[in-house]
Amino acid sequence: MTDPVEERVRGPRLLGPPRNPRAREEGARGALIAVISTLVFLAIAVSVILTSEAWPAVQRQFFNPEKIAEAFPAIARGFWLDIRLFLLAEVLILIISLVIAMARSLRGPAFFPIRALAITFIDLIRGIPIILLILLLGFGVPALQLPGVPNSAIFWGLTALITSYSAYTAEVYRAGIDSVHESQRMSARSLGLTQIQALRYVIVPQAIRNVIPALLNGFVSLQKDVALVFVLGIREGVREADIFAARTFNYSGYVTATFLFLLVSVPVARFTDWYTDRDRRRKQAVSN
Amino acid sequence: MRTSAWVKFLVLLVAFAMLAAACGDGEADGGTSGGESCDIADLNLVTPGVLTVATGDPAFPPWVGTADGDGFDDPTSKLGFEAGVVYAIAAELGFADADVAWVRTGFNEAIAPGPKTWDFNLQQYSITADREEIVDFSNPYYVTRQALVLYPDSPYVGATSTDDLKDAILGAAIGTTSLDFVENVIKPDTLPNVYDENVDLEAAMNAGQIDGLVVDLPAAYYITAVQVEGAIIAGQFEAAAAAPDEYGLLFADGNSLVACVNEALKEMKDSGKLQELEDTYLTQGGGIPIISG
Repeated sequence: MTDPVEERVRGPRLLGPPRNPRAREEGARGALIAVISTLVFLAIAVSVILTSEAWPAVQRQFFNPEKIAEAFPAIARGFWLDIRLFLLAEVLILIISLVIAMARSLRGPAFFPIRALAITFIDLIRGIPIILLILLLGFGVPALQLPGVPNSAIFWGLTALITSYSAYTAEVYRAGIDSVHESQRMSARSLGLTQIQALRYVIVPQAIRNVIPALLNGFVSLQKDVALVFVLGIREGVREADIFAARTFNYSGYVTATFLFLLVSVPVARFTDWYTDRDRRRKQAVSN
Repeated sequence: MRTSAWVKFLVLLVAFAMLAAACGDGEADGGTSGGESCDIADLNLVTPGVLTVATGDPAFPPWVGTADGDGFDDPTSKLGFEAGVVYAIAAELGFADADVAWVRTGFNEAIAPGPKTWDFNLQQYSITADREEIVDFSNPYYVTRQALVLYPDSPYVGATSTDDLKDAILGAAIGTTSLDFVENVIKPDTLPNVYDENVDLEAAMNAGQIDGLVVDLPAAYYITAVQVEGAIIAGQFEAAAAAPDEYGLLFADGNSLVACVNEALKEMKDSGKLQELEDTYLTQGGGIPIISG
């Protein structure tokens, strides 16, 4: 076992599985092999693609630098909307789903109606394809023309995303709550904490820590799913790429959009790995 | 292993750069070669002896089927303007009606690279220079105008110039010249909302999310008659002289069939057949107020 103090000072690594001494010794040779095999693999892949008969047509329609640049301003504007929708939705989802998960985790017959409500919500919402939920809320509710109810497509698109993701995220939280040993709950109760206090101060803090990788996974997923609000006519990033493709018959705009999405989602994925690794390391340090 | 993971990442980056660098060459080849025979046996067809035509899924009146609902989504009924045009072209080329086969494609699907399963595709594709870099178009078979569809109680009823529509929130369908028209000619302060289908335009209008929608005139007739209850055609736009909205048959890039189909279209124009189909299926804009540019 490496010295936990040293590990903590140097911090965990950004890529790959945890280091061990043997790997460190073989590092140089391993890196060389990895470089060579990667180069060979890429050379084969690239040459197969570039020599294919249809490549000039594909290149003209997908990888046309002129069109990629031409599509950029509109797609970037739409993508910025995606980012704002995503951040706002994520914050609300994390709060709402935690409340639902806590409601579902209450024990005792008195809380049955609350539990039943939470379970019904989760079952129903998870059973509805997200795109249908967006269409139903986005076009359906405003068509009722209820006084005081907003009819903005963005409002309802966001509401649908939050509703759907809250149901899934509540289940993630619940898995976290269930993963905390029952003795924790009992000890808290025996100290005189109420059910809700026990959840709030004892169970949930431990539960959240256990499910952070899963929450971050949902984070990455939501970051792409916000694009689905396009069905309501909202011009977000993917939609702008669609519009460009339909107008010019050139798909290079999709490459622009892909690039923008990767720009955000890859760092989040790396962060998730880094965080998980650090967390495990800290736990190991504590148990040592 | 740490080093190697980083190296892999760098190598990937280099590969992407190589891909991008490869994107400099490769230009479109020339169009069709002229002077070829237009006998059925000599035509460039995906299935010899059969004219395979693609249209939308579903295909809407008045393009396929009539506004009364006859032959809805059934091009073999020969009803509807585009169905009529196809059978007239087939007759000019010497095909029997039974030798016309229909397939369905989405609007975008039709333009993906790769071999096609049809000889030509028609679903109100507007001819533009951008698109002609990717596919080939026939000569136009129809020239349309854009129209504004509103509810009668809309404040924009009575608009006489595109300036009156600056603060309107408009909707248009993706891939249409209607969308280009809104963005480039009307130029409203708010970008128009963009929908996949006319059906979604209707939903958005019902939900009060858009003030009105811009579609080509024949579609406006169908929408106000059938799809959006109570909506009216508030006006037709004076065609922007620089960009008449012309519909063409879409062919794979470089397909030699275009020349023969263009000849057939010319025959149909000269004989008045095309006009006759227009008069039958596409109500003209008489009595609808003009909105100037």
